[in-house]
Amino acid sequence: MTTPMSAAPEPDLLYSADEEALRDAVRALLADRSDPATVLAGLESALPYDRELWRALATGIGTAGLLVPEKLGGAGASAREAAVVLEELGRSVAPAPYLTSAVIAVTALLGCDTDQTDVAGPLAALAEGRTLGVLALPLTTAPGGAGEPTVRADADGALTGRVTSVADAAAAELLLVWAQGPHGPALHAVEAPADGVRTEAVIPLDLTRPLAHLTLDGAPGRVLAAGDRARDAVERALLTGAGLLASEQLGIAEWCLAETVRHTTQRTQFGRPVGSFQALKHRMAALWLEVASARAAARNAADALAGGSPDAPLAVAVAQAYCAPVAVRAAEECIQLHGGIGMTWEHPAHLYLKRAKADQLALGAPGRHRAALAELAGLSAP
Amino acid sequence: MTDAADLRRRTADLLAAHPPATTERLDFLRARFDAGLAWVHFPEGLGGLGAPRALQAVVDAELEAAGAPGNDPGRIGIGLGMAAPTLLRFGTEEQKKRFLRPLWTGEEVWCQLFSEPGAGSDLAALATRAVRDEKEGWVVDGQKVWTSSAHLARWAILIARTDPDVPKHRGMTYFVCDMTDPGVEVRPLRQITGEAEFNEVFLTGVRIPDAHRLGEVGEGWKVAQTTLMNERVAIGGIRIPREGGMIGVAATAWRERPELRTHDLHQRLLKLWVEAEVARLTGERLRQQLSKGQPGPEGSGMKLAFARLAQEISGWEVEFLAEDGLTYDDWTLRRPDGVDFTGRQAGYRYLRAKGNSIEGGTSEVLLNIVAERVLGLPPEPRTDKDVAWKDLPR
Ligand SMILES: Cc1cc2nc3c(=O)[nH]c(=O)nc-3n(C[C@H](O)[C@H](O)[C@H](O)COP(=O)(O)OP(=O)(O)OC[C@H]3O[C@@H](n4cnc5c(N)ncnc54)[C@H](O)[C@@H]3O)c2cc1C
Repeated sequence: MTTPMSAAPEPDLLYSADEEALRDAVRALLADRSDPATVLAGLESALPYDRELWRALATGIGTAGLLVPEKLGGAGASAREAAVVLEELGRSVAPAPYLTSAVIAVTALLGCDTDQTDVAGPLAALAEGRTLGVLALPLTTAPGGAGEPTVRADADGALTGRVTSVADAAAAELLLVWAQGPHGPALHAVEAPADGVRTEAVIPLDLTRPLAHLTLDGAPGRVLAAGDRARDAVERALLTGAGLLASEQLGIAEWCLAETVRHTTQRTQFGRPVGSFQALKHRMAALWLEVASARAAARNAADALAGGSPDAPLAVAVAQAYCAPVAVRAAEECIQLHGGIGMTWEHPAHLYLKRAKADQLALGAPGRHRAALAELAGLSAP
Repeated sequence: MTDAADLRRRTADLLAAHPPATTERLDFLRARFDAGLAWVHFPEGLGGLGAPRALQAVVDAELEAAGAPGNDPGRIGIGLGMAAPTLLRFGTEEQKKRFLRPLWTGEEVWCQLFSEPGAGSDLAALATRAVRDEKEGWVVDGQKVWTSSAHLARWAILIARTDPDVPKHRGMTYFVCDMTDPGVEVRPLRQITGEAEFNEVFLTGVRIPDAHRLGEVGEGWKVAQTTLMNERVAIGGIRIPREGGMIGVAATAWRERPELRTHDLHQRLLKLWVEAEVARLTGERLRQQLSKGQPGPEGSGMKLAFARLAQEISGWEVEFLAEDGLTYDDWTLRRPDGVDFTGRQAGYRYLRAKGNSIEGGTSEVLLNIVAERVLGLPPEPRTDKDVAWKDLPR
């Protein structure tokens, strides 16, 4: 059992110069258009996300097409680059449907037959940031957890059923629906808005990632892929989403740590900066170590996904099991070490806590990823 | 510059000229040193070729495949990890020529005479005195403690106070001490494991020639920083495979003893497995940064992570083993050559790992270092910085 374990591949855990350049571009845009005050103000508005910002990010910088080959209308980059975008989106808690549309929906379409115009068309539209798409599964769905569809497709392709807690569903123009048809489960494309498609917004814990229940009542759908191909496409999309979510969690944790260090260095009590008290220093130093470790885990997952490595499922499970709690702890420490100001609506710390906590449940809670590891690493349950 | 292909060729030449099967171990190690393949990042003539550190792996892999003997780094860790980089940075040409070769081949074991009964975490408070004698040398008196391998060592790196009238950080000097000097007395200290890996060392009128001073008089603290920093880099720089080290022992136990499994232990093992894998990746990332010449601050954190993991994994293992966890392999006072974490029973691992968060800087002190030097948090107010050493309360 130990032999396959020790043959871990040699990942590239650093950032390339191109990846750093991409980071600079995304960070500059977010600093300009999505500072915390803007994010807070936006949450009070009726719009689920800032369309101008999304256009600049997705189309302007071209991040929506990073995972898509050039011949299919994308930028021909990889999960490594998309991970860098997600780090920055985590660092700014910007409400942008990047994970749902540019990562998960795009990966699901890439798993279908891209020689078909029915697939290539919507894929190019997503890659260019013209269309927003989501995979219509509950945000909590872990890799390997899609299970039996809750939606039925009749022989004419009309879809009926309900999917709860779909992230970014209300704003989506393309829904990728996992539905049970006359010949077994298949992945269907549903355009929205349309007759028979109803989304019902729920009040989310994480205000920066809108959630909606989706009800389909004879909604017109097209089959994108069926059988094993469809299953694999959905599975790959969930795996990629979970693996790259680790980079978003890293970004969240980094912001929380940096902001906490900044605040405790400036805030004075008992005649000295509170950051000079060892009780706080040790907590921040311990957090730093976790953040540095989360970076290694997240880079490893991104690298494994980028290279199509057979190690990817294990790398993703490790990254999610590790990074999700680190982001939550960083956000919780951030609030505690800020004192009263950290409890206010005005201070952005709560946005990070809500995102980190929701991200912990997204795409499988840590326990699910550890359960997956029990299989992958040959450590069976009792 | 030397590249991987060049190193492979040099390694092949070494193996051809000194076939491991027919060459004495020591002769092979000396030849390897002289060929510059001992530590390729060291300068030519001192066991290296001035090549990037990362390329050492190329040489090691070739030599391992050829069945060449190694220099048993577990036995000479203090020499390799601490004395050597300090000699390289602060030693004179003569000192480097004299000391590095037998250090690397293991002919001469080194130990570290730093800690004292009154100076542990606060190393700069140390009281061992070095006074100049008439004949351009030094006479040293004092007591050191927790000195690992002192009973095996030929040489020691030593810090002593040369000026008690200035603040503590300024009045120290760094020496190479001859452990065979008649004034050196080594007494075993028995540890919680039963064995005596470390010692107390009494220094009474020990003579050290000025030629064995490292760095300037009064600059001992600066030199010691190099030693301590390298200790931490050495820990982060070790490459381990997935499930290498203690987690591999625990995972194997889990696979081999299904009758002992419980759900609680399963959950905790999976958590530790994840943390061990992430620590491995963090070390790997650090290594990649170092080899690209971007030394990251992750190094100071690696020792913290490894100490905690070693303690938690070994604690888990004793608990998992149930009745076997109640037993211990051997309490006799032994004088081991080095630390063998995987060769003995779980109880030994559990007890020995307690030292991981104390030796080489306690975890609390390392957290201070990360907080102040990596995160830039303000220091705590100090009362001892500007006071002459002799006037400090003790
Ligand atoms: C197995 C082993 C091998 C060793 N080998 C060697 C060796 O070969 N050579 C050598 O010179 N030394 C060696 N040491 C000694 C080691 O470096 C010291 O034990 C260590 O630096 C701690 O010093 P101390 O024991 O005096 O503890 P103290 O410094 O007295 O520490 C006691 C407690 O106080 C805490 N503490 C101290 N200062 C602070 C602070 N500023 N902030 C917060 N907490 C603080 C510590 O973390 C610790 O918990 C070895 C130790 C062990 C356990």
